[in-house]
Amino acid sequence: MSTENEWPLWEVFVRTKAGLDHKHCGSLHAADPKMALQMARDVYTRRQEGSSVWVVRSDQIVASDPSDKDMLFDPAEDKVYRHPTFYKLPDSVDHM
Amino acid sequence: MYTQAMDTLREEGGDKPALRTAEEAQLQQRFDNRIDAGEFIEAKDWMPENYRKTLLRQISQHAHSEIVGMLPEGNWITRAPTLKRKAILLAKVQDEGGHGLYLYAAAETLGTSRDQMLDALHSGKAKYSSIFNYPTLTWADVGAIGWLVDGAAIMNQVPICRCSFAPYARAMVRICREESFHQRQGYDSLLVMMKEGTEAQRAMVQEAVNRWWWPCLMMFGPPDDQSPNSVQGMRWGIKRVSNDTLRQKFVDAAMQQAEVLGVTFPDPDLRWNEATGHWDYGAIDWSEFWRVVGGEGPCNRERLAARVRAWEEGEWVREAALAHARKFDLKEAA
Ligand SMILES: [Fe+2]
Ligand SMILES: [Fe+2]
Repeated sequence: MSTENEWPLWEVFVRTKAGLDHKHCGSLHAADPKMALQMARDVYTRRQEGSSVWVVRSDQIVASDPSDKDMLFDPAEDKVYRHPTFYKLPDSVDHM
Repeated sequence: MYTQAMDTLREEGGDKPALRTAEEAQLQQRFDNRIDAGEFIEAKDWMPENYRKTLLRQISQHAHSEIVGMLPEGNWITRAPTLKRKAILLAKVQDEGGHGLYLYAAAETLGTSRDQMLDALHSGKAKYSSIFNYPTLTWADVGAIGWLVDGAAIMNQVPICRCSFAPYARAMVRICREESFHQRQGYDSLLVMMKEGTEAQRAMVQEAVNRWWWPCLMMFGPPDDQSPNSVQGMRWGIKRVSNDTLRQKFVDAAMQQAEVLGVTFPDPDLRWNEATGHWDYGAIDWSEFWRVVGGEGPCNRERLAARVRAWEEGEWVREAALAHARKFDLKEAA
């Protein structure tokens, strides 16, 4: 039993209906792009959950390292002035 | 149910936590804090080795259960009584295949391969739910499985939607959304036979219910006081509700449904308990459970042989598809 003859892994993204963005919904193994699309349709849209499907080879995705989470995302924590609620305006114009 | 992995651990010999370095102890502490805070753990996050192993065992066995679970009902696809029932059964069995796939994918994020998991199933190293080692003798078995087996599965699976391991929880959310149709179509099929059927059909339904009742109660695993790994599972947020609590919930719900259907369960000790507000039920034959888990159920050999045959007979297709894809890649590169 070897894994080198395993079909490659693909990530599946589905757009549920026009106007919404594609959302990651799972993965599957398939030999080639055409098969991956077909299987994504069979596995992830059996109840009209989709109007469009993307498949991407999993090994083509570049992801941030979980251990870098603080370094990457903490700097935004103290920038409260980026939110509208930071600014206290007079009541008469506060709906701005 | 599909999640008997932790309960059957003693069969496979559980492992003791290894000695830890100071750094590991710190990571462990941070992990425990996250679990206590109700946070989700993602596949790439640090996790204790035993947490990883336990999840791998549970998720892969859950996946195997979905796949092997296609066999008992698949037995009736070509013999469904009407085209409508055939289409429904096909859709249900196809769903189970999808459930297996979602779960295999979740297990793969923990660093195992699909081939490794399938090898463990085919060599008999990995288990699957004991319920699928019982035969489907009549058409009423298909309805009884939908109503009772999928019903028990739902009871068991809903709490796992809140499992601390996020890829498993996400797969379970998707699965639970699809399960409800499984139970309802089964009940509906039995209801038609009970209300509009002949005397013989009603007797067939009752006979099927009689055979599935006890194995369904066993699906929830051994009683809480004989389920030593449950405590750890609860601590890790893998198990959320105890075996006996889930079993009781299932019995209470099934009693009411049985009354509407017009069938009884084969247990003379079933009695409404005014004090507890629950149905009391009789003693479960756990020796049967362990016999089936240990490989001596009515269909263990047949089920495994069917899976191995499917895998071996599909080998040339898998190879050909891969060869075709590689040839295409070469052409692209040229
Ligand atoms: Fe399922
Ligand atoms: Fe199901």
